[in-house]
Amino acid sequence: MNLATAFLVIISVVLVNNFIFSRFLGYCPYIGVSTEKKSALGMGLAVIFVMTLASVVCWLVYHFFLYPSESNLFYKIFGGNQGVENFDLRYLMTLVFILVIAALVQFVEMVIQKIAPPLYAALGIYLPLITTNCAVLGVTILNIEGVTINGTALGYGHPMSLLFGVLQGFGAGCGFLLALMLMAGIRERLALQNIPKPFRGMPIAFLTAALLAIAFMGFAGLVK
Amino acid sequence: MSLFKEFLKGIWEKNPVLVLSLGLCPTLATSGSMRNAVGMGLSVIAVLTFSNIIISLIKSFVPSKIRIPCYIIVIAFLVTVVDMLIAGFAPELSKAIGLFIKLIVVNCIILGRAEAFAAKNNPLRAALDGLGMGIGFLIAISIIATIREVLGANKWFGLTVVPGWDPIGIMILPAGALLTFGLVMAVRNVLAQRRSR
Repeated sequence: MNLATAFLVIISVVLVNNFIFSRFLGYCPYIGVSTEKKSALGMGLAVIFVMTLASVVCWLVYHFFLYPSESNLFYKIFGGNQGVENFDLRYLMTLVFILVIAALVQFVEMVIQKIAPPLYAALGIYLPLITTNCAVLGVTILNIEGVTINGTALGYGHPMSLLFGVLQGFGAGCGFLLALMLMAGIRERLALQNIPKPFRGMPIAFLTAALLAIAFMGFAGLVK
Repeated sequence: MSLFKEFLKGIWEKNPVLVLSLGLCPTLATSGSMRNAVGMGLSVIAVLTFSNIIISLIKSFVPSKIRIPCYIIVIAFLVTVVDMLIAGFAPELSKAIGLFIKLIVVNCIILGRAEAFAAKNNPLRAALDGLGMGIGFLIAISIIATIREVLGANKWFGLTVVPGWDPIGIMILPAGALLTFGLVMAVRNVLAQRRSR
């Protein structure tokens, strides 16, 4: 993967295939936390952090424990004369990934609380929410399944798939932050408007998101 | 509350999607066509009903401090079963919405019902609650998918609705999903207001 492809991965996941506006991942926190800019920023930064970390950890778990290959640790330890295909644990992916993410979020929370109290004060309340953010589990699964960019299938099996995973995780977090900040800015103003009663709250938020999604459709075609 | 009411509340009064706004991602993402929507809805019904039953059965001996991870393991196990069944029997559906089937694990409806209902009630009530909530989800997603597929592709379950009519392409795109969802929610609010009056 050269620098141009790396750049395209970021562009693709931030603008073209934005997790909020075109993939529909992470809506609960998106609608829940986008009422003011300050909390949106905290949530967005926490998501970038956890997504990047989860991408790395889940890739490593998949590579060393689940995928049947020479580097599978179970095969190395218990392999003996058995074939490598007996160590295919890929069907456990969903179960293992969600546990890894839950444990990771808990761990990150404890570490931040210990070594960086100001950061914890800023991100603290958002971290536990991230466990059930489907964008995090979604990006780790997409890292394995892969995305095709300019004809190259970048996923597990590609020699640079770990780097791709990190870029995609980081980019998806940035895309989420962008979407969240745009929405928070609009909703802060919407709160002051006289909106017809049935549209107050959620419905108007969704209509706003629809307009933003139409705007984001303009980026389609930047990356094939 | 009577058993029948327990079942019925998920469909209108506490509809998980339209009232509680839980489980938004799969609702928006898989409502592009009726086939995907019904596949998703049935998967959620299966996972929700069985997770409610299992969690209601194990509630007395799960320590309260680690209950959430335990629930997640139960749910992830059920989701893996459903995912494999779909991959085996309906590979096309699996290709279209496979990611969102896996993501049922983090669907807030399932964990929400586990925590708010199944952990406090007996298995029969939990099963009815799960079934009702699941059907409420299926109804909501079907309404949205019907609107989107008819307007956006001029089709319903893949069958042409009005021959020779040019569909509104945007309804099938992500923006159309958000637009439809916002409008359906607003209509539901209007109806609920009329009823309470």
